[in-house]
Amino acid sequence: MSAARRCCPPRALAGFFVWRLRNTGIPQIPCRFVHLHHVANERLITFQYFNFLKRMYVTQGNKDLSQRAKPKSDSIVSPFHELQLLDQEKKVVHKISPVSPVHQSWSETSSRNELTEVKSAAETEDSVIPVGSESKEDRRWKEMKLRLDDLPGILARLSKIKLTALVVSTTSAGFAMAPVPFEFTCFLLASLGTGLASCAANSINQFFEVPFDSNMNRTKNRPLVRGQISPLLAVCFAASCGIPGIALLTLGVNSLTGALGAFNIFLYTCCYTPLKRMSIANTWVGAVVGAIPPIMGWTAATGSLDAGALLLGGILYSWQFPHFNALSWGLREDYSRGGYCMMSVTHPGLCRRVALHHCFALIGLSTVAPVLDITTWTFPIISLPINLYISYLGFRFYRDADRSSSRKLFFCSLWHLPMLLLVMFTCKKSVLEKEDKGDLRGGSHEMAMEIRLP
Amino acid sequence: FTPFSRAGRRDDALVATRPALGCSPPAFRPAELKPPQNSEAPAGLGFRPPAHSHSDWIGPPDKHSNLRPIIFYVPPEESALERRLREARQEAQASNQRFWARHNLAFCQEKEEFIYSRLKAKGLEMRDESGQKATLNAEEMADFYKDFLTKNFKKHLQYNRDWYKHNFRITFLMGQVALVRALRWLRRRKKNVEQ
Repeated sequence: MSAARRCCPPRALAGFFVWRLRNTGIPQIPCRFVHLHHVANERLITFQYFNFLKRMYVTQGNKDLSQRAKPKSDSIVSPFHELQLLDQEKKVVHKISPVSPVHQSWSETSSRNELTEVKSAAETEDSVIPVGSESKEDRRWKEMKLRLDDLPGILARLSKIKLTALVVSTTSAGFAMAPVPFEFTCFLLASLGTGLASCAANSINQFFEVPFDSNMNRTKNRPLVRGQISPLLAVCFAASCGIPGIALLTLGVNSLTGALGAFNIFLYTCCYTPLKRMSIANTWVGAVVGAIPPIMGWTAATGSLDAGALLLGGILYSWQFPHFNALSWGLREDYSRGGYCMMSVTHPGLCRRVALHHCFALIGLSTVAPVLDITTWTFPIISLPINLYISYLGFRFYRDADRSSSRKLFFCSLWHLPMLLLVMFTCKKSVLEKEDKGDLRGGSHEMAMEIRLP
Repeated sequence: FTPFSRAGRRDDALVATRPALGCSPPAFRPAELKPPQNSEAPAGLGFRPPAHSHSDWIGPPDKHSNLRPIIFYVPPEESALERRLREARQEAQASNQRFWARHNLAFCQEKEEFIYSRLKAKGLEMRDESGQKATLNAEEMADFYKDFLTKNFKKHLQYNRDWYKHNFRITFLMGQVALVRALRWLRRRKKNVEQ
């Protein structure tokens, strides 16, 4: 459910990490857990995934251009004139200068194609070109009829399935780190329940944000924005995912996990989503949303809220800040126009400071892990290089405050988290070790007792 | 498939360097800020759905508001409830269109004014020697973004409230219409089974 301002992809646990992209605005979903508005990637997987994600990220950003792509070699013939005619037809009093050559050449070429096919009389007789453009416009009108074939794809996009997968993977990480013998059915139920809860929260988030999503590049191709699904259906889908999901967690796992899941849905849909447009506090709320899934994984395994759960949650919480703040640095224009209250726009100094502080916090939290008996002492040692590297990039971002440093920090955060979780898992203190220690202590106790008694 | 190399376009994903949605490259004309006159009726766009179609049609995003206009289908036997739903949707659409068209135009215009004043302060012209439009970098624009956001904060709060109200009302009416239709269909089936 992480705020997928960006997109996120999913993957199974055992050494496979994926990361996600994301949204502040844009977006976010339960994966807001992982990120905000934006697409957030959580797990790092293989290089292929990395590329796949980057491609998704890039393609999403370029959907505009990629839909209209035409070789630049096409000649540009009086596009200005064409546009002016269209303009006058629409009676818009706004001077339009030529748009990008790509767009112009595309409309020019397609209208030439249209001319050979369109035999009906043109409405405007001065030039045939507007007719071609008009039917090109006409073709962009779509019937609002739901086709069952399209439904799975639409629902996947509505629930931000990739982001959901990332959220489920953080839950699995929490489950795996819990110091109890691994129970496969419990693991499955917890993952499924969390996934359903994440889908529900993401759908409600999209339901609330339709006009805002339309106005941001990253989110303008969402199903509700495009009218592929009605708001009623989106809400019904959310209910049909959320209710079984929470029920599954409460009845199939334990009530604590169910309560956390329900709370997280509430936090994401009713606190984070409206707060995005009211105050910069949304970032902190969103970070909590991102921190809860691993806690849920832990409580699913152990049934209680231990220090270990809070530590894992703390790591995810701290990670959100360098991740999101770096990403939001490049989206300031969209946020400003869309009316989103983000630190990067209103308090840029705070934005960079907070990112840096939380990079340091990650080092601190990694050191606390062995103290709480979650991992061995090799964990802070092995994780120190990657934590120091992200802190270094955080410092560069803090000092330079420019696009290149923000991008470096963002891309680093994408592989940093999966790697940190993987290292944590490999350094996990085995349950057997702990039991041995316990016996030893108990044994020495008994011996002490024996000595005392005559 | 896009001819643009993905690596080359990677920047765009993180930075909104392309013209903001709703900002068609404008000429600097502060006096011309007027919302488009056809902001209400999608019919003004010249598209007519085919006569045999019984569903709504949704169009490409509007140039100014980036919202997609919908042409609503009016069934011959529209019930009062269905009419209320359609009117609520039309009203929400018109209100959203008005708000965003005006807001985006104001953004573009104020952005141009800001760039113009900053360039002037630096002693530069709007277009340099090669005819290229002069721009400010992201850090310089940051002041404008912050200002614009704070200036429009109350406007956004009001709009949010209105939008949530519209959204809930429309969804609730949709639910009612769907329920009535489902009951009607069940009754018809029962009648067919009995006959």
